[in-house]
Amino acid sequence: MALLQISEPGMSPAPHERRLAVGIDLGTTNSLVATVRNGVPGALPDQQGRALLPSIVRYLPEGRVEVGYAAQARQSEDAKNTIVSVKRYMGRGVKDVAHVENAPYDFVDSPGMLQIRTCAGVKSPVEVSAEILKVLRARAEASLGGDLAGAVITVPAYFDDAQRQATKDAGRLAGLNVLRLLNEPTAAAIAYGLENASEGIYAVYDLGGGTFDISILRLSKGVFEVVATAGDAALGGDDFDQRVFCWIVEEAKLPPLGPRDMRKLLVKSREAKEYLTTHGEAQLSDRLSSGEWVDLCLTTEKFCQITQNLVHKTLGPTRKALRDAGLTVDDIKGVVMVGGATRMPQIQRAVGEFFRRAPLNNLDPDKVVALGAAMQADVLAGNKPGGEDWLLLDVIPLSLGVETMGGLVERIVPRNSTIPVARAQEFTTFKDGQGAMSFHVVQGERELVSDCRSLARFELKGIPPMVAGAARILVTYQVDADGLLSVSAREKTTGAEASVTVKPSYGLSDGAIERMLRDSYEHAREDMQARALAEHRVEGARLLEATRAALEADGALLEPAERAAIDQEMAALRAALAGTGHRAVRQATEALSRATDAFAARRMDASVRRALAGRRIASFEP
Amino acid sequence: MHPDRFASAGDAERRASMQWTTRVNEAYRTLSSPVQRARYLLELVGVDVAFETNTSMPPEFLLRQMELREALEQAGEARDAQALDALRQALRADKRELERALAEALDARRDHAGAAELTRKLMFLDKLDAEIDLAYEALEA
Repeated sequence: MALLQISEPGMSPAPHERRLAVGIDLGTTNSLVATVRNGVPGALPDQQGRALLPSIVRYLPEGRVEVGYAAQARQSEDAKNTIVSVKRYMGRGVKDVAHVENAPYDFVDSPGMLQIRTCAGVKSPVEVSAEILKVLRARAEASLGGDLAGAVITVPAYFDDAQRQATKDAGRLAGLNVLRLLNEPTAAAIAYGLENASEGIYAVYDLGGGTFDISILRLSKGVFEVVATAGDAALGGDDFDQRVFCWIVEEAKLPPLGPRDMRKLLVKSREAKEYLTTHGEAQLSDRLSSGEWVDLCLTTEKFCQITQNLVHKTLGPTRKALRDAGLTVDDIKGVVMVGGATRMPQIQRAVGEFFRRAPLNNLDPDKVVALGAAMQADVLAGNKPGGEDWLLLDVIPLSLGVETMGGLVERIVPRNSTIPVARAQEFTTFKDGQGAMSFHVVQGERELVSDCRSLARFELKGIPPMVAGAARILVTYQVDADGLLSVSAREKTTGAEASVTVKPSYGLSDGAIERMLRDSYEHAREDMQARALAEHRVEGARLLEATRAALEADGALLEPAERAAIDQEMAALRAALAGTGHRAVRQATEALSRATDAFAARRMDASVRRALAGRRIASFEP
Repeated sequence: MHPDRFASAGDAERRASMQWTTRVNEAYRTLSSPVQRARYLLELVGVDVAFETNTSMPPEFLLRQMELREALEQAGEARDAQALDALRQALRADKRELERALAEALDARRDHAGAAELTRKLMFLDKLDAEIDLAYEALEA
């Protein structure tokens, strides 16, 4: 795919302009942040030297928040205010969450995403995740000695649009410039593939704390192409803990438990599971708040038996991914294991038997995703000179469709389409003189709307009066490189254009994000203004530099009047940068950005023409 | 022009890059699938494959389709994965044969009407292939 490897003039800054960029693995159980220094990716540890941050957030009454080990230590005694595995709730309603009865929280079912009532107020999963991200951001800034230019945050490949949107919102809420959402197995493939200079077709089997992904990738000459992905967004190591927990309750004939006992036994269950990775049996003993003692012994054999169908559940998506890729197990050169849960011997065995080869375990399954994300962040920040970088071609995991008559789904973008992707479909009116049409955007593989995830509803108004069936309404789905969807609709016959952009009903509106940002900064208004100024200055300076380089390279594409307009906005921005008003800097930056819109499009067209000139189709084949 | 090269660029460049890459992906998808590629090549010479409207097929082709569909139904009811594997192999062989004939009709003989019929046949088989996928999924659920 030589076509895609155009390096743009002005896009690779000189070495001294290296920009600080990190990769963040926002995990169900643990999170971590990594960066590339001197060409080597590494996780950034906390002051005690620990790389992993438990993804646990505890809210205290006076507005203080504890994140990580401190919160973990208190999770049993303050279970209701200590949020564990919040990733399971991202972009989800109460009825979507499995084992809701076993979670010790006070859920509030709000439209779209569920919320949790804590002693510090009602919190959405986005806010809870943002607390984790803020700690990682602070850790990175302290350790790298500067503000971050951007971050890549990883998400399970099988996350749907609502879950992705929620993750990106959490990043913004934590004050991060989210360069890209990257699929976890793809991140792992980058780290593994580059470390081992691999070529060929690989499978990545990623069983995390709460999610399962399987991705099939083709690695060839610096291109990482995801051929197919499948998974289960609600299956992970946590479910193995749940099985042990249920076994304890049954075996010890326990009455319904309070939040504290529940959390305690879940922690014991997790410890037993981890212990069984290297031992034949685990002792489970604890005293409940009633004074009753639980004293049980769990053998490996019993553990395998009670978790057998969980292991089995991962193989269905694995077969599906292979089928979608049009491949068989014999085509797979290696299976990369990712996620702490793949340490369980029964998982290793099942994967080995399925693929008929020993799985690859030579990278730390807890860190490989963050390392891959850091490497991608380094590329996206423009720190790699052209030629040394690589290209990722990822896919959407679930089909996107629209509701049609009778509650059926019409598929518009099929799953495993390479992103970015756009697809359009034509619809028409049902009644004479119909002036509006409503659309329901859904995601999933099932035929019935009720079995798919509802992403958004919107209405196209202002259709001119026509007989039924005469209007031609073109609905376009555009999925960007983060896997996020926007939808627009347009009436074609009359040339009358009406378009809408959709906000997923499960995501947060821009207004809600802004309000949360304001709330979180309320105690530090001055900080916020200083920060805003610093951020806008970086942004403004970057745009000035990019524009200068673009003019130097392709200034000939502009008419003198156009050139003068751009020069004028550049001068205005320079003047604003010298001042201290963050709004003035932002406005001048936006004005310059608008003034260079047409120029940017023209440059892109010109570079495409250059790349295509004199080439034949055959030379573009991989 | 991939968005990864423009992650730190301005909004306008990011948008242009996304639009261009979307088109490249579409082109790649069309050219790498034999059916879509044939459909596109025929469109270039003004021939509409008319899969939705032209449903006339030679009797022996329809007979073969009925056989395959019957086999699919039986394998699904019997929850027989091996029968599905066999069916898929048979279908793939049929497809390869059609693709070979299609290449010949398009490149060597420039027989556009014939190529359009072969494309319709291939699309028929693709539909069956997708149904085999669903049968596998039902079996694994």
